[in-house]
Amino acid sequence: MYKTPHLVLPKIDKLHELKTYVSNGGYEAYRKAIQGTPDEVIGTVKQSGLRGRGGACFSTGMKWSFMPKGNEKPKYLAINGDESEPGSFKDRQIFEDNPHQLIEGILIAGYAMGISKAFIYIRGEYHKWVKLMQIALADAYEAGYVGEKMKQTFGNDYSLDIIIHKGAGAYVCGEETSLMSSLEGDRAYPRIKPPFPANKGLWGMPTTINNVETIATVPAIISIGADAYSKIGAAKHPGTLLFGLSGHINRPGVYELESGIPLKELIYTVGGGIPGGKKIKAIIPGGSSMPPIHPDEIDFVYMDNESLKEFGSYIGTAGVMVMDEDTDLVKVLLRLAHFYHHESCGQCTPCREGCGWMEKLLKRMNKGEATSHDIDVLFSVASNIEGNTICALGEGAAWPVKGFIKKFRSEFELRVKPNRSFVSLNVVHGRRNTSETLVQIL
Amino acid sequence: MDINFTPDELAEVRRLKAQYPESKAAIMPVLWMAQKKFGWLSDDVMKYVAEVMELPQSHVLGVATFYTMYFKKPMGKFHVQVCTNVSCMLRGGEEIYDHVSHKYGIKHNEHTSDGLISLEEVECMGACGGAPMIAINEDFHENVTPALVDELLTALR
Repeated sequence: MYKTPHLVLPKIDKLHELKTYVSNGGYEAYRKAIQGTPDEVIGTVKQSGLRGRGGACFSTGMKWSFMPKGNEKPKYLAINGDESEPGSFKDRQIFEDNPHQLIEGILIAGYAMGISKAFIYIRGEYHKWVKLMQIALADAYEAGYVGEKMKQTFGNDYSLDIIIHKGAGAYVCGEETSLMSSLEGDRAYPRIKPPFPANKGLWGMPTTINNVETIATVPAIISIGADAYSKIGAAKHPGTLLFGLSGHINRPGVYELESGIPLKELIYTVGGGIPGGKKIKAIIPGGSSMPPIHPDEIDFVYMDNESLKEFGSYIGTAGVMVMDEDTDLVKVLLRLAHFYHHESCGQCTPCREGCGWMEKLLKRMNKGEATSHDIDVLFSVASNIEGNTICALGEGAAWPVKGFIKKFRSEFELRVKPNRSFVSLNVVHGRRNTSETLVQIL
Repeated sequence: MDINFTPDELAEVRRLKAQYPESKAAIMPVLWMAQKKFGWLSDDVMKYVAEVMELPQSHVLGVATFYTMYFKKPMGKFHVQVCTNVSCMLRGGEEIYDHVSHKYGIKHNEHTSDGLISLEEVECMGACGGAPMIAINEDFHENVTPALVDELLTALR
């Protein structure tokens, strides 16, 4: 079933149906996994070099190995299908085209960590895909691949239950601790780490949270072997990635490709270039939270986390947003600032207030009422959010702002008035010498 | 309107509660059930949900107000959600929003006086590949144009 680069979304007709999945070798990877001990499965995943596909790029095998051994306490697995990052729409494709591989991945992960209950958290807007997953899960239960009956099907004494939980429209739920709060029935406030979820997660029990794509990759790894998998794509970030192309591009969509593909190839060969043959102004390489890439850099960027780091960005969720030469970057950034302001959960002051402040500054800039000094204020507000919040939403809001100002400052300079200063004999007034309000009063 | 779940629905609430280690976790699915049945989450509906969930009413209010998809006021029969986030904005999402807004004379989270159509400017819905997109109630419509939106809405009426 697994032919590179189509490991997560094999090109097989009607693969979403259980019988097609099974006749193409589905649930065989789980059979293979349980031939070995749970520790061997974790070892394989570690050795494969699989890194989380939710954006943090943390080693999946390592994450699994943090879970305590033994069965004194219940342990939980939560699958993060909240997918609310602007520019990413890849997990949806898995729910639609290959739900059983996700379920099989959950079985393997569950076996490796000794988990008896797993939750798939799917964002509320995905009504259709929640239903598709429910159908797939019901089929898997009925055929005895999940639940109590799986003991008999696979001939060992491990079983697992899977529950689908539907969100209700909150971007912050994609943050793992916030997702746990949401699942427990509270307002989805992120929690301070440590304690890490592997020690104290859902209902205070050891919990692992993995992205949908990460888990859907696991059966392929077990099937083709860790060695073969680790040789696919970029050495430090191996495997295939689901790239989501959107914005000003001729062929938008989700493409499964080997990691480390040159950005230029991704845009021009895979995506078919820019409509009207226009030039590129900016590219967001991995969902809206990731700092942008300048057109001068495009020739040198490879789409894996290590290469993107050299250009001050990250792979994130591999949602690539392309903006052509006519794009108004102030407006784009304003839209993003509005998004983060709207989605900030309100727990941490720097994020709650700072995101609002950034939006106001950008609104002013968009209207042409800001001064050059405001660009520095904007940068400093972003810097004061970054690193000062419980969860990564703060960074998500700050990075694009800082990234756009760093790489496209001239765009912003064009939209602001020069600083004005006034000579005043009054010391206090003299210190407020960039004051726009003073202009208005005068 | 009488705010009560049927015995079958109450059985479903019990099933939902039992599938989580703690019953409180069922609040989100139960709020979804309530919204589907009663249209929106009025104070009375939230009070009723608090009762069946055996939770303080303040907790239900807290959760319901945290998530944007739970309606805290009545919405139209056809709830039109237009994405204007970056990927859609780049391909004309804002024009779609303005078009619907002008045509029906409604703004964000408002509905027409006949209660048929309501409008919401939504954040990224995860359909960036088909931008610009709208959702009408639960269904996504991708690669839309103002004319196509008109067609969709006329067909529904």
